[in-house]
Amino acid sequence: MLTLNSDDTATVRRIVAELKSRPGPLLEVLHAVQAALGYVPEGAVPVVAEGLNLSRAEVHGVVTFYHYFRHQAPGTHTVSLCQAEACQSRGAEALALHARARLGIDFHGTTPDGRFTLEPIYCLGNCACSPAALIDGELHGRLTPERFDALIAEQGKR
Amino acid sequence: MSVRVYVPGDAAATSIGAHEVARAIAEEAARRGAALELVRNGSRGAYWLEPLVEVVTAAGRVAYGPVTAADVPALFAADFLKGGKHPLLLGAPDSIPWFAGQQRLTFERVGIVDPSSVADYVKHGGYQGLGQALKMSGSAVVQAITTSGLRGRGGAAFPTGIKWKTVLDQNAAQKYVTCNADEGDSGTFSDRMLMEGDPFTLIEGMTIAALAVGATQGFIYLRAEYPHAYRALRTAIAAAYQAHYLGPDVAGSGKRFDLEVRLGAGAYICGEETSMLESLEGKRGEVRVRPPLPAIKGLFGQPTIVNNVVTLSTVPWILAHGAEAYANFGTGKSRGTLPIQLAGNIKRGGLVERAFGLSLRELLYDYGGGSATGRPIRAVQIGGPLGAYVPPSQFDTLVDYEALSAVGALLGHGGIVVFDDTVDMARMARYAMEFCAIESCGKCTPCRIGSTRGVEVIDRILAGTDGERNVRLLEELCDTMVQGSLCGLGGMAPFPVQSALKHFREDFRARTRQ
Repeated sequence: MLTLNSDDTATVRRIVAELKSRPGPLLEVLHAVQAALGYVPEGAVPVVAEGLNLSRAEVHGVVTFYHYFRHQAPGTHTVSLCQAEACQSRGAEALALHARARLGIDFHGTTPDGRFTLEPIYCLGNCACSPAALIDGELHGRLTPERFDALIAEQGKR
Repeated sequence: MSVRVYVPGDAAATSIGAHEVARAIAEEAARRGAALELVRNGSRGAYWLEPLVEVVTAAGRVAYGPVTAADVPALFAADFLKGGKHPLLLGAPDSIPWFAGQQRLTFERVGIVDPSSVADYVKHGGYQGLGQALKMSGSAVVQAITTSGLRGRGGAAFPTGIKWKTVLDQNAAQKYVTCNADEGDSGTFSDRMLMEGDPFTLIEGMTIAALAVGATQGFIYLRAEYPHAYRALRTAIAAAYQAHYLGPDVAGSGKRFDLEVRLGAGAYICGEETSMLESLEGKRGEVRVRPPLPAIKGLFGQPTIVNNVVTLSTVPWILAHGAEAYANFGTGKSRGTLPIQLAGNIKRGGLVERAFGLSLRELLYDYGGGSATGRPIRAVQIGGPLGAYVPPSQFDTLVDYEALSAVGALLGHGGIVVFDDTVDMARMARYAMEFCAIESCGKCTPCRIGSTRGVEVIDRILAGTDGERNVRLLEELCDTMVQGSLCGLGGMAPFPVQSALKHFREDFRARTRQ
């Protein structure tokens, strides 16, 4: 079990203290931890468990159940490509192949320079403007390989 | 006097350039010294016309679209702030044929109002439903919902009034109203549009539900994939508290209703109501065995209403206009209107709200204009990843719960995903199994193991290993999953597979794969 450094431990403790009185707080706590640290480190599990009076197994079970919670620090930019049916009908598979080749990583991977993490996502509600992607929380539609490259180049400058 | 200009802030509109258009308009106006008030409205749902810019003129609202940032200087030059002529001029939005034939009840304000303003909401008829409800007893409100014929728009189509009555009849110190905003079905976006474009309607609907059944706390369970809707809801809830439409004294009634948004975390299964309740309690989103029903033992073991966004957002209209007025729309047991979402490979995609009883063909060709690629439509999937694929021979089927069910399909949340003739239906069937394997909560074996075996069997068919035998095996596996799964995920994931086998059998043949 990896342990957190003292700064991150303090952050997680503060989050737990802030949210523990809310009904059913665990998901809220995990969201706040991921928002603060970028992911939910393994070492955060015992800290959260202790603070909420749950077992480590319960917390681990919840963290690993949900696709949204990351177990590793993501790259500077997170690119989530929709792989669901409506996007498939407009070439999402080909776009995913292109994106993987362009970034040189597979889904769930991060580029060696730490700039981009590529994730599959299942529906962004942009099904009339597919294929779609979410890049750092901004939605993009009617993507083509060319538009994808332009967006990546634009992010790369930031 | 400044001119009011609407540029949608709707996530899908921004995905194709609405932010850039808004910025270009603000900059060009500043350069020209033109005074304008920029409002970021929701989308009216004609995504093929987005970004759709509207200007308020002496003759009413005038629309231009689809506008790009590069068009903006020319629009100013054409005096668009006064409704001037330009190739992108569409005229009054309501006169655009695509909108003119629609019957917008639930979506009456989406794309029209400022989604952050209570005052604008009230100005456009908002909170009239609550006003009516406050003059009625709880049981009269529940009766009105029953009389309206409203059924759950999330997909299960259960009569809403019956659900509410069950909660009303429980004796409990604490009851809850929860909104299922985990709109995970591909091809659906009506919940998202509503939450972003007219969030107060959802808040009002939940408030009416809560006061009717005696609940004091509400939760909106929103999927994490909808960050824009999250911001819109948080803004609207804060505004509703400030205006005393939420809190200890709702609209001066002396009754309390508190509401908050909770984020999901990327689990499709949490759209199943008992799984959603587990998730709201901060647990793994594993489905619960029913009974007990959530209406009797729901969130934290208390009587709980669980309704979809569109269902709850239809409640204010029903209370404001009367149950009979709503029931007068529709056909057979499918009363009222349905916000249908045209998605995927479709030329004019977007949201069409019409009374039940329209045919698929009218939707796909009259509204949708056929495929976006211009190729023949080969299949449509209705009702999300668990919905059947429907072939062109069934396009005259009416879009209502019973008619679709009669041809082995389901309406679900009303999303229609269109595929042209390049689609490989065996791959789509494989995807259905793969998706189920990724999203299975793992609690029951037919879903958890069956979906993985399903992918493997389809792979063997495509590889040419014992094709006939494996097709029979796939059919048996589908049957096992349908009969033996605990909830709709494993129980319905075979529907797209079975329908693909039935209507597109020729695709299930060995092929050389790249």
